[in-house]
Formats: sequence, C-alpha cells, structure tokens
Amino acid sequence: MSRFIARRVVAMIGVLFAVSVIVFVVFMVLPKQNPAQTLAGKNATPVLVKSIEEEWGFDDSLVVQYGTMMKKVFTGELTSYKPRIPVDDQIREGIPATFSLTIGAAIIWLFFGLLLGYFSALRAGGWLDRILTGLSIAGISIPVFLLAPVLLYFLTYKFEIFPNAQYVPFGEDPYEWLRHLILPWFTLAVLSIGFYSRVLRSNMLDVMNEDYVRTARAKGLSERQVMTRHVLRNSLIPVITLFGLDFGTTIAGTAIITEVLYSINGVGFYAADAVKKFELPPIMGVALYGAFFVVLVNALVDIAYAYLDPRVRLGEAGSE
Amino acid sequence: MSTAPLLSVDGLRVGFATEDGVVQAVDEVSFDLRPGEVLAIVGESGSGKSVTAQTIIGLTRANNARIEGSVKLDGKELTSASDAEMRRLRGERVAMIFQDPMTSFNPVYRIGAQIVEAIRAHRPDTSKAQGKERVVELFDAVGIPNAEQRVDDYPHEFSGGMRQRAMIAMALALEPEVLIADEPTTALDVTIQAQILDLLEQLNRERNLATILITHDLGVVAEVANRVLVMYAGKVVEQGTLDEIFYDPQHPYTWGLLGSLTRIDRPRPHRLPQIAGSPPSLLDLPEGCPFRPRCPHEFSKCPQYPPLEARLPESPGHCDRCWLSPEQKRDKRVVEGQIGLEAPQAGQGA
Repeated sequence: MSRFIARRVVAMIGVLFAVSVIVFVVFMVLPKQNPAQTLAGKNATPVLVKSIEEEWGFDDSLVVQYGTMMKKVFTGELTSYKPRIPVDDQIREGIPATFSLTIGAAIIWLFFGLLLGYFSALRAGGWLDRILTGLSIAGISIPVFLLAPVLLYFLTYKFEIFPNAQYVPFGEDPYEWLRHLILPWFTLAVLSIGFYSRVLRSNMLDVMNEDYVRTARAKGLSERQVMTRHVLRNSLIPVITLFGLDFGTTIAGTAIITEVLYSINGVGFYAADAVKKFELPPIMGVALYGAFFVVLVNALVDIAYAYLDPRVRLGEAGSE
Repeated sequence: MSTAPLLSVDGLRVGFATEDGVVQAVDEVSFDLRPGEVLAIVGESGSGKSVTAQTIIGLTRANNARIEGSVKLDGKELTSASDAEMRRLRGERVAMIFQDPMTSFNPVYRIGAQIVEAIRAHRPDTSKAQGKERVVELFDAVGIPNAEQRVDDYPHEFSGGMRQRAMIAMALALEPEVLIADEPTTALDVTIQAQILDLLEQLNRERNLATILITHDLGVVAEVANRVLVMYAGKVVEQGTLDEIFYDPQHPYTWGLLGSLTRIDRPRPHRLPQIAGSPPSLLDLPEGCPFRPRCPHEFSKCPQYPPLEARLPESPGHCDRCWLSPEQKRDKRVVEGQIGLEAPQAGQGA
C-alpha cells in the first residue's frame, strides 16, 4: 500500500508541474501583448509596466522566465499591482470560507445523494422510486444561478428564515456560521444530490444482478445484509471516483458562482473579482491553487479506491 | 433406498409474468431425493433446471413469480414458508454451489471472510477467529493447499478450480443436508472438472449429502449421478436411474442428448451429431409435446400432450413423456444409430 501511495504522490507532482507549465504558456508566452502590460492591468502607467518587465525578467529565456514565475508563486511574491496586494494572502484569506462552503456541500450531497439513491434502488419501479427520480431530474436541471436568487428571494427576503448571505467565520460564531451557510450549501449540493442518487441507483441495479449477490442470498444472509454489505458496498466504488473529480472541481471552479451569488468572500469570489478587474496575477494564482486541489483530491480518491477495491492494488504486487 | 425422502418436490410449477405473457419456466416437476443420493437434472440452456433448483431454496421468489406445487424438506412445506424461515434454511440445511466461481465471490472481500460471513449469518455467536479456524478446516477438507494463508486471499488471487473448491467449502460450512450444485464444472478446464467431480463425489459419500447436480454435460452425469431427470422446455421428459437413462433411453430428446456425446468406444463420426433446431420459446410453446418440432419421429399423436408415465413393465421407476410404444422406440433408436443399446457389463457402473 505504501508503494501505491508513493507512486500516486510522484504522479501528482508530475501533473502539477505540467499544469504550471500550461499556466505559464497560456498567460505569458502565447498572448501577443507584452505580458508586463497584461500583468499591470487596465490603465497602467508606463513606469509600472517597466518595473514589472524588470521584476519578471521578460528579456530572459523562457526557461528562466518560468523559473522566475514559479519562484514568485512559491515565495508568495505573486502580487496584483493595482493596488499592490499579495495574491497568496488573498487566497489564504479566502480558503476558510471556500472550504466551509465546499466541504459542507460535499457532505450534504454525498449524504442525501447516497440516501436517495439507495432507497430508489431498493424500490426500483415503485412510486417512491418515481418520486425520487422526478426530484433528482429537477435537481440536476435547475441551474445554480436560478436556484440561488429564488432561494434568497423566498427564504431570506420574503420569510426571513435565513440571513442574507455573507460569511461568518466559524471561530467567531459557530451558530451564525452554520445559519449563513445553509442556503449556499444546498444551492451547491442540489445538482450533485440528483446526479449521485441517479448514479448510485443505476450502479446498485447493476450489482444486484451479479452472481455474488445471488451467492450472498444463497448463504442465508438477510436482505439488509445483502443490500448493504454486498450491493451498496460494491456500488460505492464508481461513486467514489466520481466524487473525487467533482469535489476537486467544486473547490477549483464550481464554487465560484455560488460564492458570488451569496457574496461569500472565498477564493472563488476573489477570482471572479479579479476577472472583472482584468487582474492577471490573481487569476494565475487561483488557477494553480485550483489545479493543486483537483490533483490532491484525485490522489486521495485513488488511495481510497485502492482501499475499497482490492483488485486496484494489484499493481503494487509486482514482486509477487 | 428405502429411507424416507429428505427432499420431495411434487408438481412444481414456476412461472414468471412478463410484459409478453407468463413464461412457464418450470412445469410439473416432481422428484424425491434421499440422503446419499445424487440426482442429476439434465437439459439444454433454458430448460428450467436452474429455476427448479433456485426455487427449492426460495431464490426465485419475486413479485412477478408464480410458484405452485410443493417442495418439502423433511416433511416441511417450503413453498409457503416465510422469507425469514427460508433465509434460515439457506446455507444451513440446503446449500448451493453456482456455475461460475469467477463471479460467485464478491471481489472486494477476502474469501475466508465471505465464508465466515455465511457461518455467522446462522451462528451469530461464532467469533471471527472461530469462524476462520473453521474455514481453515474446510479448506483442508476440500483440498486447498496452504489453507492458513489462503483464507486471507482475495478472490482474484485464486485460480478458477481453487475458487470452486472454496465455493464448495462455503457450501459445506454449516453441514447442510442437501447440496445443490448448479453446473459446478461448466466454467472449468477439463482436468479441473474431473478433480471437482471427484471431490463432490467423495463429499457426498463421506457426509451422506443429498445432492442435486444440474448440468448439461452427460459425461458429468455418468460419473457421479444415481438418478437422472431430463428436462426440456420446463418439463420433465424422462426420468430414471442412471443405467435406465444411459442404456435404455426412452425419449427422442434423450437420444439426441446421448447421440451428441463424443465416444471413445465408437468410430469417430465425420461430424458430431446434434439435435436439429433450438429449444422453443417458453412464451410460445407448440401444442402437445414441446419437443415435437425438433423430433424426427413426430407422428399423429404428438399434438396431444403426452403424460409422464412408466411404459416399461420391468422398470416402474423409469418414466418418459413420449407417445411412441416401447417397441417403436427400440426400432427407431437402432435406426438412429446405436444410442445406448449395450447392456451394462458386469461390474461396470457407468
């Protein structure tokens, strides 16, 4: 198992390197405009552009330029220039809000997605299944940018059940933290709840026809044991893969819309703001940050996957 | 065989309601099974042999299933038993082995753990350690080497033959009285098939198990069975002892099955004989004898459904479902090419 993990970590570093090269090429090399001009932002003074040119060494070879960029990223010297604020600090400040939002939403979507999918599969074809199917499809179909305003309008302005957005740090007031996050959580989770319940349902219906499920019944297990230990357990394997991909991209991207709609000043909010103001350094920083979490979560999921499915570990047993 | 039957199936009918109508998968199947006996159920795919077996342990119960007739284990009716009663009986008194050992174990659990799970489902106070000890014993009994280590292996680390041995070990875990083996050797290499059959035969003898062996391979039947039930399109077309079926087959379908065997005591045929056509759809059975469209000996009486009855005065247990008279059968069988005509030689069982 440790060899498996080591291999995954090496692969992860490789992917991150590739992503950093792509970011470098896309933002620094490909645009025809002087990259210093782009970095400086709209209406920059020639003095500022000049100083950026020197700071980033745009006269050097591309390899050295890449080195300079990465050095800035790792030492936290990557800054936006108007006003001069370190990107690193901004991302750090945004992380608690973004993580509160995404991790909470992920827990909610996994819990409800799996719960609904499980009962849908148990009652496949029955009325409960039909109702859940309808709800799932509704959940998948509602766009976040529609759902959020509707929820805000009814639950915040009309009935004042939930507070109006913003993020309250957990350390400041756990209760308010929770109250402020409930709507964003559900907004972000609704699509995935629908999607995951569908995926789990169809996986379970497939697994129910497997020979080993018949074996499990033939050896006298109760129906509940058959369903949880054999059907559900094996149906979760593909769901975990899916979750890895989804959770990574939620941190890195999907959360942006929700953060903007609910004015949660997380990393996504910061990125959206940077796009609005044409500020390049924050966008680069957030792109790398996003890539890091996508890759990290995927590596963790691969490790979980090997734990769930012993056949995946085969690769490590090369010496056997 | 004067002991009372342990398992007694009488007029069993199993139908499944589908959108296109009721599929009568099993129609009027009756047999008795005594401890120590091996009953072979033979037939092509779709003849209802597996459904018969699975119905005995209640695995065909579903909303769309119609089960009629009676299945009695030790005098207790099983078709009307509750799901919970059936669950307690499965594995504990009637165990089943399936065709494909590759897919019959859950790939994500260790083999030993899956057998311990079966034990603990019926004996909840068995500890995991005790269960594991028992599995090691069982592995030894079914000839799995290095039992101590192999209990902790995953199914993909076992070969096909070893997996089938593990499957048999699981079936024996709770010392059942009845063992149902559904095509236990079909997915295995020929050499492994022989080993598994030897093992089944040995266990049957040592443990006095009542065994139902489901197969389409008459070679397998010849090796281990005492009695044979030939099924076609959900119906029993012929039943009798092993010798009766092999040396004096009465139904043209049985002739077809026997005729399509390769034999080393005969000249090699240019082409292996086969039964023309394919089994009928269970939704659209021909009137009368279901084998009629494929039977080379069809005559005016065949559109009536023949009863299953003994037609040979000397062997009252040998029944078949064919209108031909025993004399006609003898003549036609000779013309068809010497199917199972030699009398059993002294000292030769099969």
